[in-house]
Amino acid sequence: MNVNGRAVTADVEPRTLLVHFLRDDLGLTGTHIGCETSYCGACTVIVDGRTAKSCTMLAVQADGAEITTIEGLAADGELHPVQEGFWERHGLQCGYCTPGMIMSAVGLLSENPDPSEDEIRHGIEGNICRCTGYHNIVRAIEYAAAKMRGEEPAPAEWETQEVTA
Amino acid sequence: MEYVRPKALGEALDALAAFDDPTPLAGGTDLMVEVNLNHRRPDVVVSLRSLDELRRWDDTWIGAGVTFARLEGADDPALAQLARTVGSPQIRAAATLGGNLGTASPAADSLPFLAAADAHVVLKSTAGERRLRWDEFFVGPKQTVRRPDELIVGVELPSRPERQAFAKVGVRQAMVISMVSCCVLRDPSGPTRVALGSVGPTVLRATDAEEVASQAARLTDTDLDEFQRRVSAEVRPITDHRSTAEYRRHAAGVVARRALERCLR
Repeated sequence: MNVNGRAVTADVEPRTLLVHFLRDDLGLTGTHIGCETSYCGACTVIVDGRTAKSCTMLAVQADGAEITTIEGLAADGELHPVQEGFWERHGLQCGYCTPGMIMSAVGLLSENPDPSEDEIRHGIEGNICRCTGYHNIVRAIEYAAAKMRGEEPAPAEWETQEVTA
Repeated sequence: MEYVRPKALGEALDALAAFDDPTPLAGGTDLMVEVNLNHRRPDVVVSLRSLDELRRWDDTWIGAGVTFARLEGADDPALAQLARTVGSPQIRAAATLGGNLGTASPAADSLPFLAAADAHVVLKSTAGERRLRWDEFFVGPKQTVRRPDELIVGVELPSRPERQAFAKVGVRQAMVISMVSCCVLRDPSGPTRVALGSVGPTVLRATDAEEVASQAARLTDTDLDEFQRRVSAEVRPITDHRSTAEYRRHAAGVVARRALERCLR
């Protein structure tokens, strides 16, 4: 298979999960293991252009596939627009769901470069975050979408909203 | 665990015939969860990933290997609607119609549509082909008449009306197993079919309710009340960790009525 642009060949036990192969054999520990039941989305990677939950996929099923993990997004030390969006719009707190959430956002934006808020929420419905309440994640993805379309992202809410105490 | 990777349908059928109790693997969204939870330990897995024969899809046929992500683009409104509610984008990209049929969960999202459309399930093996109507194929919760050497290759869809609606009830918008699901197909002149999931051992048709809805092109509020009452009376729900039988019975009538009302607009 090809992982983050690098050809990878290995002999694996048929029962090895793709997420274990990525983490344990390739050392790509950015992909997290959450629920192991396809529920939480922490293990999301991109397989042949579409998001997949790598905890419920066998490594052998990905034989010959093109895989992108969170480690494959930043090019030459430059953050991917979605990574930048999560940074700029504070799209994370503990960070556990973040790699999977970012991969889902990348998958969404590759299919829909200009999603509405509803479409963003629908696009990340397979990823669970227990910290943020999703609000800033949606803003982060809107930021990334604007950047990727070559537009200026809307200013952060905390810069435009008046706070009264 | 042995992993067999046939390149064509014939090879897959040979593999299913050659092993004792082989487990077909398509998207893996059901099977791999069971494996990870140690509920199942398959000895032989036959991967269906390379079988292009299973991905054929037209107006009268949906191959077993068609994913829910593809079905989101269906011309049948109810099929597109239900596909959109399956799991999440990751699940829809992997999960297939054949897997939904093979797992045969009473809550499987595609089944109300297939039952309302009177679909036939087509099974193939080295011994030949069987073509079974949906109610001959499903025999209980997670139980079908598929033999271990048979492969679900697709479903045949007879012609069906364009007025269609799908609705389901769950505790969240995504990644939940439904407590009630419902599909209504209606010809503008009257004839109506309604099928419900999660409210019986298998998907079921509410035939008494169909009779009320089918009687006229225009339905009165009294007709709709009676339709809702009959749906609630006909379903056979149980109480489990997701919901109570009483709630499911009530919700079945409500969602079926809403689906029918959408077909009337």
